[in-house]
Amino acid sequence: MSERPERPDPIYSQPYDPTLAEKLYNPQKPMENRVTDIGPPHYWQFLPPVIQRNYGKWKSHEILQPGVIKYKSQTGEVVYAVRCGTPRLESTDYVREICEIADKYCDGYVRWTTRNNVEFHVTDEEKLRALLEDLKGRKMPGGSYKYPVGGTGASVTNIVHTQGWIHCHTPATDASGVVKAIMDELFEYFQSHKLPAQVRLALACCLNMCGAVHCSDIAVVGIHRKPPLVEDERLEKVCEIPLVIASCPLGAIKPATVEVGGEKRKSVRVNVDRCMFCGNCYTMCPAMPISDGEGDGLALVVGGKVSNRITPPTFSKVVIPFIPNEPPRWPTTVKWIKKILEIYSQNARKYERVGDWIQRIGWERFFELTDIPFTWHLIDDYRLAYDTYRTSVHFKFTSHVETVTEFE
Amino acid sequence: MGEVKKHETPLMDDLKSGPWPSFVDDIYNYAEKKKKQACFDIMGQMELSYKNRETHWKHGGIVGVFGYGGGVIGRYSDQQEMFPSIWAFHTVRVNQPAAKWYHSSALRKLCDMWDHRGSGIVNFHGSTGDIILLGTVTEQLEYIFYDLGHQLKMDLGGSGSNLRTPECCMGMSRCEWSCIDTQDIIYELTMAFQDELHRPAFPYKFKIKVSGCPNDCVAAIARSDFSVIGTWRDKIKIDQDAVRAYVGGELKPNAGAHSDRDWGPFDIKKEVIDLCPTKCMFWDEGQKKLYINDAECNRCMHCINVMPEALWPGDDRGAVILMGAKAPILDGAQLSTVIIPFMKLEPPYDNLKNLLYKVWDYWMEHGKNRERLGETIQRIGLNRFIVDVLGLKPLPQHVKEPRSNPYIFWKEEEVEGGWTRDVAEFRKRHPA
Repeated sequence: MSERPERPDPIYSQPYDPTLAEKLYNPQKPMENRVTDIGPPHYWQFLPPVIQRNYGKWKSHEILQPGVIKYKSQTGEVVYAVRCGTPRLESTDYVREICEIADKYCDGYVRWTTRNNVEFHVTDEEKLRALLEDLKGRKMPGGSYKYPVGGTGASVTNIVHTQGWIHCHTPATDASGVVKAIMDELFEYFQSHKLPAQVRLALACCLNMCGAVHCSDIAVVGIHRKPPLVEDERLEKVCEIPLVIASCPLGAIKPATVEVGGEKRKSVRVNVDRCMFCGNCYTMCPAMPISDGEGDGLALVVGGKVSNRITPPTFSKVVIPFIPNEPPRWPTTVKWIKKILEIYSQNARKYERVGDWIQRIGWERFFELTDIPFTWHLIDDYRLAYDTYRTSVHFKFTSHVETVTEFE
Repeated sequence: MGEVKKHETPLMDDLKSGPWPSFVDDIYNYAEKKKKQACFDIMGQMELSYKNRETHWKHGGIVGVFGYGGGVIGRYSDQQEMFPSIWAFHTVRVNQPAAKWYHSSALRKLCDMWDHRGSGIVNFHGSTGDIILLGTVTEQLEYIFYDLGHQLKMDLGGSGSNLRTPECCMGMSRCEWSCIDTQDIIYELTMAFQDELHRPAFPYKFKIKVSGCPNDCVAAIARSDFSVIGTWRDKIKIDQDAVRAYVGGELKPNAGAHSDRDWGPFDIKKEVIDLCPTKCMFWDEGQKKLYINDAECNRCMHCINVMPEALWPGDDRGAVILMGAKAPILDGAQLSTVIIPFMKLEPPYDNLKNLLYKVWDYWMEHGKNRERLGETIQRIGLNRFIVDVLGLKPLPQHVKEPRSNPYIFWKEEEVEGGWTRDVAEFRKRHPA
């Protein structure tokens, strides 16, 4: 086992010296004073003493109220974890305020969850009450909560998401703004335990899916719908043509020699009938931009999960193939997500995740209950598509089915 | 600090209202307080994206620090005249401490550094787990790296075709179900594979994630090429008194996760026994005793999740090793598949490291450019990967079901007499 530093490294108590790096780094001798491959700080130094004492000795837990979990140790000690939503995209001042709260109630210790929540830990109930009261009062000037408490149990917890328009070069939609719009509308579900099971939301701003969007109860994924442009005058200078051709999963890109201003240039041509708009060519070649304000938008996928609980981990399935980008509030996207969530909430049994519920009632019933139009886009025609065809007569007669009497 | 230039951002400003924490309000607060032009410009550029529904970041840009091939993502605005302070706006990935525990002293110092050398905008955290420092210029990169190494004892995370920053669930620090020491494993692996993390030598990205139990809170099975999921192979531990307390309504099922709705009194038959996927449980109403046929249990965690005061994973603990998960680009999404059903994991985890080296050796030699491990496995066949590459025994645990087609690629040595035959001899028996 790695050596465990008991307390935070004393180096962190020394003030930041904004001039030190300029003294140490010599561009003429880049190896001078270079510290490399030291890896992350050792985790143990950042564990609160109560966590260190009870590491590996926890006995059980209880959610006292949404966002507050009490952990009991075999040693008899207890710790209360208070979970708060965060925007994930934030300023250093937002993090400093977290530090201030951690100093005031938690001896400076704090942790983040996989789903972008921040967690404060206290060991007695009096501090717990004071902390909760304090958190409730912290608001942004526009009135939003800075650190809303919730996200435990049968709730909608914080959305795992990507960068979007704040920082990404391939997105088909924004991320932080869509998440803000969704969470504003689902806020009551973040702060309560009234759903049949936990509902994991996720958002990826393109098909690269930086995050487990493809295994979420309800998720949003940005998609393109127009084939890439081909910049003939630039392409051979900025792209490796064989790699661009190989990047297309459907072999839709061919090499071509073209004339630009009377000069012969090497470029490519796209067979647009074969393009599935994945954007992989643009990842390989900046001279094939694919984004388009009208072409781009969102798809909704539902019914996936990661946990092995009761049923195996499952992929999410596409239920709405396209919704246009509607900044700043994405009302159509938000409306459908809320509708799916509420129909699920009304119909699912206790412990049933969204996908488990749909498996029980059947997809045809899901589309009927949610009023989501079923269109040809939802029938798979990519690899392994056959696995999704109905190969039995086990189906339900929902409102979709018209009796065929005559056929010409 | 001179005068700052502010932009009109009515669409962004709309995201200040509503209960969920507003990143717009937060970033503007900070920008006003610190007079940060980069923050005003980033909001201005986002406003433009909100208007025309397209990103305004150029494609890529290779920047980094000396000796590393990853950890910094180059980013340039395509509206440099309008937003000059974000003309370059590179991302720095900083390797997070395992399970994302911090002390305020370290966080504050990191914030001070980022105020000084960057935009002051961060992500806690990126999808892979790193601390993301969002927005700086090329000239600052070496100084940031020196500050990280000398003043913060921190290092860059992974990007590009290398090992991405490994990540784990909270493990034994707070969870009673963690069957392995997820944080220690992640720390050990990250330290052992610093070279793989910083210097791209792989066909494509490679992710390692470690979850302590089959609830898989870090989504290892969905998004890591190498997924380690804690489990046990002996009996679920039972406190029968506590089971009776659940049945009697003294304890709240699922630790109180359903508290805001009236689901009626707890019904152990309906909520546990009947939902067990292997039907290996029995509640004896007369004896008031719970029986589990552990040999038939597939360790889905449901009963343990529902009765955390009464049931725990057993004591013979280790992990399932699965491989090959990835997002849809290109051949479609894949979940990781079982490779080693049970592996003991004790420090210094040499067995795990050796397995990783074996996988990488093969993948680095045979993987195609930008082919994830899961795609390599599919291309050569899971059976060949398990048997020929890793030298493991094929097991029924490796598949959901055996193949339905008999198109088996028999090996010559398996067939009596081999494949060399004499056609003349054949025709003696069977005239044409």
